[in-house]
Amino acid sequence: MKDIFTIYKREMASYFNQLTAYISIFIFLIFVMIMTFAVAQFMRVGDASLQYTFFYWHPLVYVLLVPIVGMRMWSDEHRSNTIELLGTFPISTWSVILGKYLAAATVWLVALALTFPIWITTNYLGDPDNFVIFSGYLGSFLVCLSFLAITSLVSSFTKDQVVTLVISSFVCFLLFLIGFDQVARWVQTIFGDEASEIFTSTGIWDHFRSLNVGNFRLQDFVWFATVILVSLLGTNFILNSKRA
Amino acid sequence: MIEVNNLCKSFGSKVAVDDLSFKVKKGEVLGFLGPNGAGKSTTMRMVTGYFPPTSGEVSICDINMRTHPEQAKAKIGYLPESAPLYDDMSVKGFLKFTAGIRGLAGSDQKDAVERAIETCFLQKVAYQSIDTLSKGYRHRTCLAQSLLHDPEVLILDEPTDGLDPNQKYEVRELIKRLGESKTILFSTHILEEVEASCTRAVIVDQGRIVADGTPEELRNQSGKDSLQELFRQVTTLDTAA
Repeated sequence: MKDIFTIYKREMASYFNQLTAYISIFIFLIFVMIMTFAVAQFMRVGDASLQYTFFYWHPLVYVLLVPIVGMRMWSDEHRSNTIELLGTFPISTWSVILGKYLAAATVWLVALALTFPIWITTNYLGDPDNFVIFSGYLGSFLVCLSFLAITSLVSSFTKDQVVTLVISSFVCFLLFLIGFDQVARWVQTIFGDEASEIFTSTGIWDHFRSLNVGNFRLQDFVWFATVILVSLLGTNFILNSKRA
Repeated sequence: MIEVNNLCKSFGSKVAVDDLSFKVKKGEVLGFLGPNGAGKSTTMRMVTGYFPPTSGEVSICDINMRTHPEQAKAKIGYLPESAPLYDDMSVKGFLKFTAGIRGLAGSDQKDAVERAIETCFLQKVAYQSIDTLSKGYRHRTCLAQSLLHDPEVLILDEPTDGLDPNQKYEVRELIKRLGESKTILFSTHILEEVEASCTRAVIVDQGRIVADGTPEELRNQSGKDSLQELFRQVTTLDTAA
């Protein structure tokens, strides 16, 4: 536990010593605000649950921005060969994986926390169900965590951060696309209802949307936990096999 | 103490280290000599627990690296060949971080960092960002992290590589001084280094030990009282391989 925290502290210092975290948070906030106020017309629609005006856009932004924050996770260690130092320290690979992962997750927690004015505004202007808003935030953060875990896995393969960024974004985009209304309808017309349902449930959209409306379905948590766990286990496997 | 038994490492069909066995006792400085690509770094990476060997065993102070990696690694201070560092940290920040990983906290950590900075002559750059350091300072910063926890075993992969003659002299003196109380294994392809700071040396070629003895024994073995001559006799030219 102490080792995880030592790695976590170093990573946090590294994120906030460099511009990447600030820029990603800044772009996230700007983009989400533009979409909420200008495109989705938050003030006119009066969507007190923030479901369609605010949270709706999060996965799309995460597709690009989450890999930008996470791309250096392992790629940078491979490039500068500090992975050799880490591999000879008396700590487990898991401590390093978790320390790094939690630090990147904290960056996104900060980004989400900084959207608090929209929550205050909603409460000021209307009478929202704060439980649904909380559920929306939880869904959004779980999407973040899933994309980060995928980025961690991809970055464990290569020392090239750009390759990590492109591949991670692509994988995240595929997960985003599966179950997107238009795609789901297209699958439905070709393969029928049942196939469409199965297909949809493998993507991120179905699970994100369910949390977005305040449904705490067990299958959503199982899905998110599976993506995160499999990606982190994969990261551990790749890092160990690279040394073998 | 370092004990290596029948160590082998293959990468696909290429055999990098082939049935290597040696022992380094406390108070001994073993020079690990060999041409480029002889398997020196691969051996050191296995001894430090970074690479798992294909077969064979490594034990550090009687702790088996395969069965108890974390306990064995805690005994080692390691300077990798390229002296890798986190460029976004300051020298002191980096040393504090590695001291933290080594389980040092509070005043112990502070003292260890100060001592390492002093030993490696890093006072002038202690608060400087690592990405602005010259090669010599980078090397010494990485050397400092290997000394922080006052390890019983020191493994140094080409510790004087890229240093100027003054820095080389300092590092050799440091190795000699530390060697009195520790077990040191260091690799080099500079022969004068062996005579300057080793109590014993082995020459490795194509993953095998081809000569083993004190610098004096090795010189005698050459027939011409020259380490260089012996090195040329027992190793393969990379153009011939």
